[in-house]
Amino acid sequence: MEGFAPKASSYASQWDWFFFVLVTVSSIVVATVFVAIVHFSIRYRRGVNARREPVSETFSNRLEFSWTAGTALAFLAIFWWAAAFQLRDFVPPEGALQIHVIGKQWMWKIQQPNGVREIDEIHAPIGRPVQLIMTSEDVIHSMFLPALRLKQDVLPGRYTYLWFNADKPGVYHLFCAEFCGTSHSRMTGRFVLMTPTEYSRWSAAQPEADNLARQGQALFSSLGCSGCHSKSSSVPAPDLHGVFGNPVQLSDGRSIIADEAYIHDSIVLPEKDIVAGFAPIMPSFAGQVSEEQIIKLVAYIRSLSTERHP
Amino acid sequence: MSETVSAAEPGKAPEESEQCESYLEAGGHTLMSWLTTTDHKRIGILYAIAITFFFFIAGIAIGLVRLELMSPRGLFLSDDEYNRLFSLHGIVMVWFFLVPSIPATFGNFFLPLMIGAKDVAFPRLNLLSWYVYLLAAGFACYAIVAGGVDTGWTFYTPFSSLYSNGNVLAAAAGVFVAGFSSIATGVNFITTTHMLRAPGMTWFRLPLFVWAIYATSVVIVLATPILAMSLLLIIAERLFGLPVFNPNDGGDPILFQHLFWFYSHPAVYIMILPAMGVISEVFTCFARRHIFGYAMMIYAILGIAVIGFFVWGHHMFVSGESQFANLMFSLLSFLVAVPSAIKVFNWTATLYRGSISFEAPMVYAMGFVGLFTMGGLTGLFLASIPIDVHVTDTYFVVAHFHYIMVGGSVSAFFAALHFWWPKITGKLYSEAWARFAAVIMFLGFNSTFLPQYIMGYTGMPRRYHVYPPEFQAYHVLSSMGALVLLTAYMLPLVYLTWSLFHGKKAPANPWRATGLEWQTPSPPPEYNFEEIPRVDTLPYEYHPENQGGPFRPQGKVIGGK
Amino acid sequence: MSDDPSVVQFPWPTVARQREGVAFGMWTFLGSEILFFGGLLLTYAVYRTLYPQAFNSGSAATDIFYGTINTALLLTSSFIMTMALRGSESGSRGVVAACMLTTAAFGLAFLAVKGLEYAEDIDKHLVPGPHFPLHPPARLFFAFYWVATGVHAIHLLVGILVAVFLGIRVALRQMAPESTAIEAASLYWHFVDSVWIVLYALIYLPGRSGA
Repeated sequence: MEGFAPKASSYASQWDWFFFVLVTVSSIVVATVFVAIVHFSIRYRRGVNARREPVSETFSNRLEFSWTAGTALAFLAIFWWAAAFQLRDFVPPEGALQIHVIGKQWMWKIQQPNGVREIDEIHAPIGRPVQLIMTSEDVIHSMFLPALRLKQDVLPGRYTYLWFNADKPGVYHLFCAEFCGTSHSRMTGRFVLMTPTEYSRWSAAQPEADNLARQGQALFSSLGCSGCHSKSSSVPAPDLHGVFGNPVQLSDGRSIIADEAYIHDSIVLPEKDIVAGFAPIMPSFAGQVSEEQIIKLVAYIRSLSTERHP
Repeated sequence: MSETVSAAEPGKAPEESEQCESYLEAGGHTLMSWLTTTDHKRIGILYAIAITFFFFIAGIAIGLVRLELMSPRGLFLSDDEYNRLFSLHGIVMVWFFLVPSIPATFGNFFLPLMIGAKDVAFPRLNLLSWYVYLLAAGFACYAIVAGGVDTGWTFYTPFSSLYSNGNVLAAAAGVFVAGFSSIATGVNFITTTHMLRAPGMTWFRLPLFVWAIYATSVVIVLATPILAMSLLLIIAERLFGLPVFNPNDGGDPILFQHLFWFYSHPAVYIMILPAMGVISEVFTCFARRHIFGYAMMIYAILGIAVIGFFVWGHHMFVSGESQFANLMFSLLSFLVAVPSAIKVFNWTATLYRGSISFEAPMVYAMGFVGLFTMGGLTGLFLASIPIDVHVTDTYFVVAHFHYIMVGGSVSAFFAALHFWWPKITGKLYSEAWARFAAVIMFLGFNSTFLPQYIMGYTGMPRRYHVYPPEFQAYHVLSSMGALVLLTAYMLPLVYLTWSLFHGKKAPANPWRATGLEWQTPSPPPEYNFEEIPRVDTLPYEYHPENQGGPFRPQGKVIGGK
Repeated sequence: MSDDPSVVQFPWPTVARQREGVAFGMWTFLGSEILFFGGLLLTYAVYRTLYPQAFNSGSAATDIFYGTINTALLLTSSFIMTMALRGSESGSRGVVAACMLTTAAFGLAFLAVKGLEYAEDIDKHLVPGPHFPLHPPARLFFAFYWVATGVHAIHLLVGILVAVFLGIRVALRQMAPESTAIEAASLYWHFVDSVWIVLYALIYLPGRSGA
C-alpha cells in the first residue's frame, strides 16, 4: 500500500480512511443495483412464468418515499461528515513556519523564511505546522502535494494559503495541477520532508542569504518607499510601524486587516484601499517590482510590527 | 380499452400505409431538397451527420493522446501538440457533439412526433439553427487547421486571455456561435412543447423523453447566454485589450471561472437529461411495464434542472473561493444527486414484474444504468470538499465525468439510435451485431476509465503530457481499453450503414411501443400526421401480465399503423 | 382577425394560436437575452463593489450629454414602435409601415450620437491602452463601457434591420400588417430599449449625485 499512494501526514491517513469508507459504501450501492437488475432480468424475462400484476399504488408510493428520504438523509450524513472534516483543519495554528511559493510558467520558486531560495523543491520539517503562502507571476497554477492529500490553486494578484503538519520524512511529488500552458506537465518538483534537525542542518548548509525582512528593508530604501513612508518625510504617507496584522481604517469607511494581500495590493494597486486621512497620491509599482520583491517587502513590513510587540 | 392493440397485430408489415409518402421520399432525393428542408425529421438527420463527423474528429484527437500516454516521456508529440490535441478533444466533444447530440438529432426528430405535432413551432428557425451550427463548426475547424488551441475546453483566464499562443479567438468564436444555435433550438423546443401538444396530451401524459428535452431546453436557454458573454469578454480582452480579467489592472481571473461554470455545470445536465429521457422510453418498452413512479421521474428531471443551476461552485473548491461558499456548494451538490439516485432506483424498479426482453436498445440502456450509477456515485466523492481537494484536476475527475458523459450520454445516444433506427430509416439492423457492439462498448469503456479512477486517487494530474513512471501501468491499461472502445464505436457505423442498403424493411412498430411516434408508418410521412391525433391515455400503458401481450398506444393515428 | 392564409404559417392551426406561440417564443428568447446581459452586469457589480472610487472617476470621464440625448431618442422610438403595434392590431398598413420606418430612423439617430460619443472617447484616450488617463481599476470600468455599449449597439442594429425589413415588406404589400412578426419585433425593440435604460444608469450616473 505504501508505494501505491504514499501518505506523509495524519491528515492524509484520515483522508484515506474517509475515502475508502466512501468507496465501500459506493460499491455496496453499485452491487445492490447490479444484483437487482440481474435478478429481475432473470426472474421476469419474457417467456417465463412470474407474477406480473400491477403493484399497489400504496406500495409504490411508500417505496418511492422511503428511498427518496433514505438517499437524502444518507447524502446529508456524508455532507456533514465531509464538512466537519474540512472545517476542523481549516485554520492554521499559530506559529506555523511560513514558506513563500511563487508559481510562474513553468517553475516553482520557493523562499524559505531564512532567505534560502529553492527552485522546484520544497524542503520542510515534519512535526510542526508549516504554511505555504503562494502567489503567481502569470497564469493560474495549482500547488498539488498528493502525499498530503492537499491542493490549492495559486493565483496571480492574490495570495492563497495551504498548511500541513507532516509526520513522515521522505521525498514526495510536487505537481502543478492547473493547466498553465506548454510545459504544464514539467512544472513538477520534489517535496522533501525532513526531521527538524535535518531541516536546520540542511538550511544552514545552503549558500548564505539575508533573511527576507533584511532583504526587504534594503528594497524599501532602494525602491524609494522610505522617501515617503518615514517619520521624517514631508510627503504625507502612512507610517508602517505596527500596521501589519492590525485593522486599518479606510477612507471610504471600511476597515480592513493589514495582511499580505493588503500590503501586496497597496503596492501594485494603491488606488484600491486608501487609508483614511491620506490622499491617493502613491504611484502604482505594478510592473516595477516582482512578486519575489513584494514578498520581501511584506516580510520587512511585518517585521516592523513584530519588533514593537516582540 | 377498445384501442388496445392485440398481440399479433403490430408485428405485421405495414402495407396499408404505402399510400403515404415518407419524409425521405417527399420533396425528392436531391441535395438541395435536404439543404433547404424545414422538416424537423430531415433537420434531425442533418444534425446527426454533422455531429457524427465531429465525434470521430474528437475521437481521433483523443486516440492520439492515449497512444502518446503509453510512455511516461511521450512517444511522438511535442508538449504543444499534446496540449492542442486534448483541448481539441474537449472543445469539439462538448460543444460540437455532446450538447447537440441527443436534443438536436432525436429531439428534433421525435419531439413533434411524440406530442402529436406536425412540426416544431418555428421550422425555418430550426433550419437556421443547423446553419448557425455549421458556421460555428467552420470557426472550430479553422481554429484546428490554423494550429489549434491550447487552453483546454475550460478557457481559464488569464491564460486564455493574455498568455496562450493558440488560436483562442477562432475557437472561442466557434463556441460562441454554437451557443446561438443551441439557444435557437431550445426556444423552438420550449415553444413547441407549450403550444403544439395534441389535444389530450396534457403535461402529465407527456412521455419522459419529451419532459427531458423540455427541461434540457430550459437549461440551454438560461445557461448558454452566460457562456456566450464570458467568451465574448475573453474575445474583447484578447482582441481589443480591454482588461476584464487581467489581474494587473485589478481584474479577477476567478470571476471568469464563476461565469464559465455557471454555464458549464448546467451544461452537464444539458448532456445527461436527454439521456435519462431515452433510458426511460427504452426501459418501459422492453420491460413491457409502466415506468415506475412516472410523476416522481418528472419531478426528478425538474429538480435536477433547477438545482443544477446552483452547484457551479463545486468546480472551484481549490480555486480560492470562500470556505462558506464551498460548504453551500457542497451541500447543494449532494442535494442535486438525490433526484439522480431516484431515477436509477425507478429504472430498476420498472423491471420488477416486467416481461423483459433484451434487444439491442435494452442492452445499451442497461449499460447506461450501470455506468451512470458508477459515475454518479463518484460525484458524491467530488461533492465532499476534502476528497475533492485531493482528486480534483486529477484523472479521478476525468474518469468521473467520462462515466457520466460517455458511459451515460453516449451509451444513451446509442440506445436511442438503435431504438428509433427502424422508425427513422424504415430498416432493421442486425440484432446480433448490435448486441455484440453494446457489450464490447461496455467492457471497453470500463477498461478505459476504471484505471483512471485509481490513477487519480494516487495523484496523477490531468492534462499531463509527461508523467512519473509509476503511473505508466494505468495509462497502458487505459489506452488498451480505448482501443477496444474505438472498435466498439466503429461497429455501429458499419452494421447500421449496411442495414440502410441491405436491411429488412421495418414494420411501423417493431417494438410494439406505445408512443405516438410508433403509430405512424416507418419512416413517417412528411407532415407526421394526416390529422392531429387525440390522446386519451398515459404513456407507457404496457401490460406485462399477458406475456408480450396487448398494449395501449397513446392515441390513434389516422393513416398510420 | 381571420385565419388569413398570408398570416398563418405552418405548423400553426390558427392565427390566434400562432400569435400566442410567436409571443411565447420571443419572450423565451428575451429570457435568454436577459441572462446574456446578466453575465456582463455581474462583472460590473463585482468590480464596482471592489473599486467604488475608480468606478466613480470612470463614470465622471463619460459624457452624460450624449448619454441623455440617446436615452430620450430610444424612449421615443419605443413609443413609436408601440404605435406600429397598434396599427398592426387594427390592420392599417400605412401606420405599420410608417411607424416601423420611423422607429428605425430613431434607432439610427441613436447610433449616430453613439458614434460621436465614441469619437470623443477615443480622442480622450478612454480606450484602455498605453495612454489611458485614469488609474488602473478605472480601466475595468471602461472595459465594461466598451463591451456593454458595443453589444447593445449590435442588438440595436439588428433591431433597426428588422424594423426596416418589416416596414418595407408591409409597405410593398408583401406582408400583411397583421403579421405576427410585428409583435415579435416590438417585444425585441422594447427589450433593447430597457437594456439601455439600465446601462445609462450604470455608466453615466455613478458618483454624479451630491459632491
